[in-house]
Amino acid sequence: MPKTYEEINKKIKNNEAVVLRADEFIELVDKKGLKEAAKEVDVVTTATFGPMCSSGLFINFGHSNPKIKSGGGEAYINEVPAYTGLAAVDLYIGATACQWNDPRNQIHPGKFAYGGAHVIEDLAKGKDVRLKVHAYGTDCYPRKELDTWINIKDLNEAILYNPRNCYQNYNAAVNLSKKTIYTYMGTLKPSGENITYSSAGQLSPLLKDPLYKTIGIGTRIWLAGAQGYISWYGTQHNPNAERNNKDIPTGGAGTLAVVGNLKEMDAEYLRGTSMQGYGATLTVGIGVPIPLLDEEVAKYAAIKDEDISAPIVDYGNDYPICKSSDLGHVTYAELKSGKIKFKGKEVQTSSLSSYNKALEIAEKLKQEIKQGKFLLSRPAQLFPSSDTDKTQKPLNYKEPKKEIFQ
Amino acid sequence: MRNKLVLKFPQSLLDKPIISTVVKRFDLDFNILHAQTKPEGLLILEISGTDENYNAAIKYLENLKVNMQPLSKDIIRDENKCTNCSACIPHCPTQSLFIEDRKTMKVGFDPEKCIACEACIPVCPYKAMSLKL
Ligand code: SF4
Ligand code: SF4
Repeated sequence: MPKTYEEINKKIKNNEAVVLRADEFIELVDKKGLKEAAKEVDVVTTATFGPMCSSGLFINFGHSNPKIKSGGGEAYINEVPAYTGLAAVDLYIGATACQWNDPRNQIHPGKFAYGGAHVIEDLAKGKDVRLKVHAYGTDCYPRKELDTWINIKDLNEAILYNPRNCYQNYNAAVNLSKKTIYTYMGTLKPSGENITYSSAGQLSPLLKDPLYKTIGIGTRIWLAGAQGYISWYGTQHNPNAERNNKDIPTGGAGTLAVVGNLKEMDAEYLRGTSMQGYGATLTVGIGVPIPLLDEEVAKYAAIKDEDISAPIVDYGNDYPICKSSDLGHVTYAELKSGKIKFKGKEVQTSSLSSYNKALEIAEKLKQEIKQGKFLLSRPAQLFPSSDTDKTQKPLNYKEPKKEIFQ
Repeated sequence: MRNKLVLKFPQSLLDKPIISTVVKRFDLDFNILHAQTKPEGLLILEISGTDENYNAAIKYLENLKVNMQPLSKDIIRDENKCTNCSACIPHCPTQSLFIEDRKTMKVGFDPEKCIACEACIPVCPYKAMSLKL
């Protein structure tokens, strides 16, 4: 019998909801069969903890006396530039921004020891950070310079807003060139010596609801320990990516845009991350509950690592020039085993995202739901799915007229 | 006496059974932590035995022109920073970093096996591995 959001929430409020982590639900389905398991369980929790470059923070730092208009000027937090193209004292600091004096890749591979992501982590930890603003001054905002320490507890707002998180599936990266390369998929040894991946597989939110039947705009989520929301589908959301016979995308597909209050977050699940030779990024912990509304939703929630595969992509030659690598697919069960057979030899595999932390998050969300602290929300609107024409397009490159540069 | 040693061999000695001779002749216990022949002969050993035998073995190796240094550096993992991602594992030549349990994918660190090669330090995105000075 199908369940409704209202029925499930009522059970949650009465501390009666049956909640399992996705990995536990898989085991239950194996033991009791889908029908029985779908009837017994109300909510399955999913989670992921991985580097997500499209992350950032809006802050409002409050008006100084005399007033300053950072909008249209320049601002730095711990020497990392923040985006000022907003109203007087609003800023956005993106995860991948580098300190203005960071040598970046001039000394290759760059360390990217401190960037926007680290500012966000420091704020979440309650550390003081240094804000510097250079403004042009106006009649109503006469001040031109501001140099001060700010702390999250003094900010009016600190809103994490990540335009693209939680990729539905992703590549497995290999390097078939002759030299070591430094990528967002980690350090890849030459000649295909190691393979990296970055998905929680059977625990990963969008892989457990591949056609976006419950995860949509307005879904309440566990965002780094706080209750946040899915604000939209994420950038590059591509529901029409290729799918296997279980409707699971066989490469990157859907994405989420998420929002939440940094003041309520736990810095343990929001980590400034330094990818050698690549840049700074933010590792974000996200948990998404899936209400088992009917057997179909339950069937998808029971998808296993064995059923999910990632395309092997050569980052040494093909990826930089948009060439698809015809190197086959590998399942997350194989990737998680630590080694796979590739081109006739045994190759070590390792992950950038942490399955271990994802498990921890799925468990935390499960406990919060069981204790009645986390209610489910029905999406205000579902995402464009594979029955729409939404795709991801490459750049339509138009050669500028030469005289522009002369 | 128990010590971790880094031994570097000249090419001319690579095909000689030096270590087994040392072990037999001086009654020592040893544990190979790391071995390579290219680009140079390199062996990292943990050797234990009586002081007398140990010192005699060192003398013998010195006479053979084997370059020896104690492995004195220590690599430590900051458990609060480590996220158990596993990014470091393929870069560790001695399996000091490894998956403890495939069900939870927890990453273990065995300092006993570590040869302080420092390969894990720059590849860890969370700066969890460092050199203890
Ligand atoms: S790369 Fe760093 S964070 Fe990841 S498992 Fe290794 S030590 Fe831990
Ligand atoms: S220093 Fe790091 S990479 Fe090298 S052996 Fe020790 S743990 Fe492994």
